[in-house]
Amino acid sequence: MTTEQGSTQPGTNDRPVKLACRNVWKLFGTNAASFIRERDGKASMADVNAAGLVGAVRAVDLEIRQGEIFIIMGLSGSGKSTLVRCMSRLVEPSHGKIEFEGKDLLKISDAALIELRRHRMGMVFQNFALLPHLNVLDNIAFPLGIQGQDRATREARAREVIELVGLRGREHFYPRELSGGQQQRVGIARSLATKPEIWFLDEPFSALDPLIRREMQDELMRLQTMLHKTIVFITHDFDEAIRLADRIAIMKDGEVIQIGTPEELVVNPATDYVAEFTRDVDRAKVISARSLMRTCDGSEHGGTVSPDAKIASFSANIVSAGKPFAVINGTGKPIGEVTPQAVIDLLAGIEHARAGA
Amino acid sequence: MTVAASASEARPPLQRWLLVWAAALAAVLLVFLLQDSVPWAVNYPASAVVPVADWVSALMGWIKSNLSWLTRSITAVLGVPLDFALNLLAKNFKIGHGADAYVLPRLSWVGVCAVAFIAGHAVGGRKLSLLVGGCFLYIALFGQWTSAMLTLALISIAVPFCIVTGLFAGIWAWRKPWAERLIVSPALDLMQTIPTFAYLIPMLLLFGNSPVSAMIATAIFATPPMVRATMLGLTRVPLEIGEFSDMAGCTARQKLWRVLLPSARPTLMVGVNQVIMLALNMVIIASMIGAGGLGYDVLLALRALKVGEAMEAGLAIVALAIALDRLSQAIAHKQAKGHVHQAANPSFWRRHPNLSLAIAILAVTTLLGLFVPAFAAVPKAITFTTAPLWKAAVNWVTINFFDAIEAFRVALILNVLNPVRAFCEGFPWLGAVFLLGLAGYQLSGLRLAALVAALTAFCAVTGLWEKTMATVYLCGISAFIACLIGIPVGLMAARSDRFEKIVTPIIDTLQVLPSFCFIIPVVMLFRVGDVTAMIATIAFAVVPAIRYTNHGIRQVPPALIEAAKVSGCTPRQTFFRVQLPLALPEIMLGVNQTILMALAMIIICAMVGTRDLGQEVFIALSKADSGRGIVAGLAIAFIGIVADRLFNAWTAKARARLG
Repeated sequence: MTTEQGSTQPGTNDRPVKLACRNVWKLFGTNAASFIRERDGKASMADVNAAGLVGAVRAVDLEIRQGEIFIIMGLSGSGKSTLVRCMSRLVEPSHGKIEFEGKDLLKISDAALIELRRHRMGMVFQNFALLPHLNVLDNIAFPLGIQGQDRATREARAREVIELVGLRGREHFYPRELSGGQQQRVGIARSLATKPEIWFLDEPFSALDPLIRREMQDELMRLQTMLHKTIVFITHDFDEAIRLADRIAIMKDGEVIQIGTPEELVVNPATDYVAEFTRDVDRAKVISARSLMRTCDGSEHGGTVSPDAKIASFSANIVSAGKPFAVINGTGKPIGEVTPQAVIDLLAGIEHARAGA
Repeated sequence: MTVAASASEARPPLQRWLLVWAAALAAVLLVFLLQDSVPWAVNYPASAVVPVADWVSALMGWIKSNLSWLTRSITAVLGVPLDFALNLLAKNFKIGHGADAYVLPRLSWVGVCAVAFIAGHAVGGRKLSLLVGGCFLYIALFGQWTSAMLTLALISIAVPFCIVTGLFAGIWAWRKPWAERLIVSPALDLMQTIPTFAYLIPMLLLFGNSPVSAMIATAIFATPPMVRATMLGLTRVPLEIGEFSDMAGCTARQKLWRVLLPSARPTLMVGVNQVIMLALNMVIIASMIGAGGLGYDVLLALRALKVGEAMEAGLAIVALAIALDRLSQAIAHKQAKGHVHQAANPSFWRRHPNLSLAIAILAVTTLLGLFVPAFAAVPKAITFTTAPLWKAAVNWVTINFFDAIEAFRVALILNVLNPVRAFCEGFPWLGAVFLLGLAGYQLSGLRLAALVAALTAFCAVTGLWEKTMATVYLCGISAFIACLIGIPVGLMAARSDRFEKIVTPIIDTLQVLPSFCFIIPVVMLFRVGDVTAMIATIAFAVVPAIRYTNHGIRQVPPALIEAAKVSGCTPRQTFFRVQLPLALPEIMLGVNQTILMALAMIIICAMVGTRDLGQEVFIALSKADSGRGIVAGLAIAFIGIVADRLFNAWTAKARARLG
C-alpha cells in the first residue's frame, strides 16, 4: 500500500466501511415493495417496466469507507438523488439493506433514527433549504436548538462554524440578503454545526455560477483536509466529480454501472456510457505515473516521480528534460519509468497500446 | 388523409351532443306545453313536499332544549374576552354596581388614532400611515367612533379565533389527505356558498340575540380562507426544507411548528388578510342578531329610510374596511419580502420602538381622558355630520330627475325583468333537473350529473321551486350584466397599461367593501325592489369579471404573441385567434366567481324587498324559524354549488384541450 499522499488516496481499502448499500431498490408505483420482495431482490428493467413501476434505484451495491469523498454521479433522472435519500432514509427503500457501521438503518426505531440524524449525519441541499424567517446565526444554531441545547451553547458553536466557513460579520443577515454562494456557506455551516460523521451533499454547488462553484469546491477541499468527514457527494458534473472524488459511482437509469477512482474510470471505462463521460476529461490531470509507466529498459533517468503523481504535475519537466523519469515507491526503489514520448502522446490525445496494458 | 380521417372521426360525438341537446330541449318544451296533463312535472305538487324544514326545526328544538347547558356555557366563556374587548374599545369598564360603580375608561380615541398612524408607518411608510390614520380620524370626526369601535372589538376577538381554528383545521387536512377530501373540502365549499344570512338563524336560536352569537357566526363564516391558506402554504414549502428538518432530527411536532409553518408564513398572512375582511363583512351583517356597531346603524337607518344616516354609517364601514385591508396587506407583503437584519439589541423596548410608542401613547391619552373629557369621547364640537347633505342631494335628485329615473326603472322592470322572471318561474322543475344533469354528464360524467340533478331536485322537493327560480332569475340577470360590463372593461385594461392603472384601485376598493354598503346609495335613488337589488348586485359582482379577464389576457406567454406577429397576424387576428382562446379558461373562472358573488349579494338584497330565497331566509330570521331558514339557505348554497361545479368542469375541459 502506498501512503505517500495522505488520507484521501485511493489506497484506503483497509479503512472501515462507514455506510454500505446492499442490493438497494427503490421502485415507485403500486405494490412496489411486494413486487421486489416476491422476486427476492432480483428483477430486470423489463420486469419492472412490465409491472408498471418506475425503477428509481435498482440493485445498488456499494460501500463508502471512512474519511473518503465518495461521489455519486449521474445525469438528471438517473436516480442519484433518490439513492442518497435512501441512504439517509428520507426515502424509504423498497428493498435491500442500508448498513451504517454494519447496522441496518431500515430496522432501527424512529427515535433511534432521529438520534442518528441529530448527531451523526449532516446534509447540504441543492437549493440551500435555509429557513427564511431565521438569520444566519439562528439558521446555523437551529439543528442544535432542536436537540435541546441552550442558547449560549448553541450560539457559541454556531459562531465557531461561521468562522470556519468565513461568514463572520454576517451573523444577523437573513437568507434573502445573501448571495447564492454565501447562502450555501450557511447551508454547509449548518450541516457541520452538529459535528456529523457522515456528510451528505446533494448537488450542493449546482445552483451556483461556474466561478463561485469552483471557489466552493476549493472551500470544500480545504474543509475536508481539516475535518476528515466521510462524504457522499451527488453531482451531475463529471469535472466536479473528478476534481473532488476519491471514488466515483456512475449511475444510469437507477443502476450503478461503475465504481472506481477517477483514474480507473478514465483508463478502464466499463461501458461506452462511461467512456462518453470521460472522453473530454483532461487526462493529464487524472492519470498518474503508475498507469503510464513501463518496465525500465536501462536508459538514463532525468528525474524521479511517485507512482501516484498526476502526469500534469511533471509533464513540463519531463518534456524539457527529454529523458525518462524513474517511478519510485516509498522505499526509493524504482518500479518502472515514464518516457517523455508517452507523456507527449497522452497530452496530444494519441491512443496506443501501452506496455503492460 | 390521416388528418382528414381523424377529424371526421372526432366530429360525430359533437354532432351527437347537438342532437341530444335538441331532443332534450324539445322534450322540456313538450312538458311545458302539456302542463295541463302533467302538472306535477312543471310545478312540484304541494302534497309531495318533503318537510325537511320541519325536521330541521325539530332537530334544532331538541338541541336547544337538551343542550342549553352547553350553549349557555359557550356563551359565558366566549363572553369574557368579548366583553373585555368591547369595554376596552367602546364601552368603558364598570366595576361594581349602581351608584357607587367605579368606571375605568375605554381607550382614548386620540390614542387609537395615533396608534393607527404609527401602525401604518411601521409596516408601510408615510403613505400608508396617512391612509390608515386618516380613516380612523374620519370615523372619529364624523361621529361614528363608538359604533366603529364596537365593530372593531368584535373583529379583534373573532379574528384570532378564526386564525387558530383555521390553522388547526388546515394542518389536519394537510396531514390526512382523506380528511381533506371527505370532510374539509366539502365543508369549506358549503361554508362559503351558504349565504351569510343563513348562518345567523341557528346562532340566533342557540345563543340568543347577543354579540356572542354574532361573533360565533362571524367566526364560522370567516374561517375557510385561513384553512385554505394553511393547506396551500404547507404544500408550497419547498420539499428540501422539509427534508432538511428531517435530517436535522426534528420530531414531527418540531418539524411542523418550527420549520414548516414559519416557512409558510407569507401565505398564511394572505389568509389572515382575507379572514379580517370576511370578518368585517360578517360583523356588519350579524348586526341583525345583536352585533351592534356600524352595521346596526345602517340597518336602523335603512329601516327608517333615513338615507343620510345610512350613508354616513356606510362610509364609516368603508373607511374601516380600507384601513384594515391596507394595513393587513402591507403586513403580508412585508412578510413575503422577508426579513432584514438589524443590530442585535437586548432591550425589548429598543427592539420594538413602534410597539413601545403605541403602548405609551395609549396609556397617556387614556389617563388624560380621566381628566380631560375631550380625550375620553370625541367632543361634539369637532364632529360634523353630512347626513343632511346626503338627504338634500337625494331630495334634489328625486325632485329633478324623478321622471327619468322612474321611467328607467319601470322600463327595466317591464321589458327585461318581468319577462325573464315569468320564463324562469314557469320552467318545469323536472326539465331543469334533467337538463342540468345532462350538462353535468356531458362536461364530466355520471358523478357530476348525479350531484347536479340531486341538488336541483332538493330545491323542488322541499317546496321552494318558485323561490329558487326567482333567485336564479335575479342572480342570472345580474351576473349576466356584470359580465357584460366586466369582461370588456377587463379586456381594455389588459390592452392598455394606463387604463389598468385607473381600474385597479377602483376594483381593489370595490372588493374590500362589505356587501351591505352597496345597497345604500342605490336604494336612495331607486327605492326598494328588484331594480335596486339588481344594480347593487352588479356593482358588487363585477370585480372578478374584470380582474380575471385582465389577468387571463395578460398571462398569455409573450412568446406566443410574438409567434403570432411573426406569422403575420394583424392585431385583431392576434387578439381573436391567440389571446382570447388562451385566456378563455381564466375568463370563465372570473365568470364563475361573478355568479357566486352575485348569488351572495342577491340574498342580502332581500333587505330591499326582493321576493326570492333571500326573502325566505329573511322572514325565517325575523321569526326565528330555524328549519325554514336553514332549508332556504341550503337551497341557495345548492344553486351556487351547481353553477360552480358545472363551470369548473367546463373550465377544466377547456384547460385540458389547451394543454
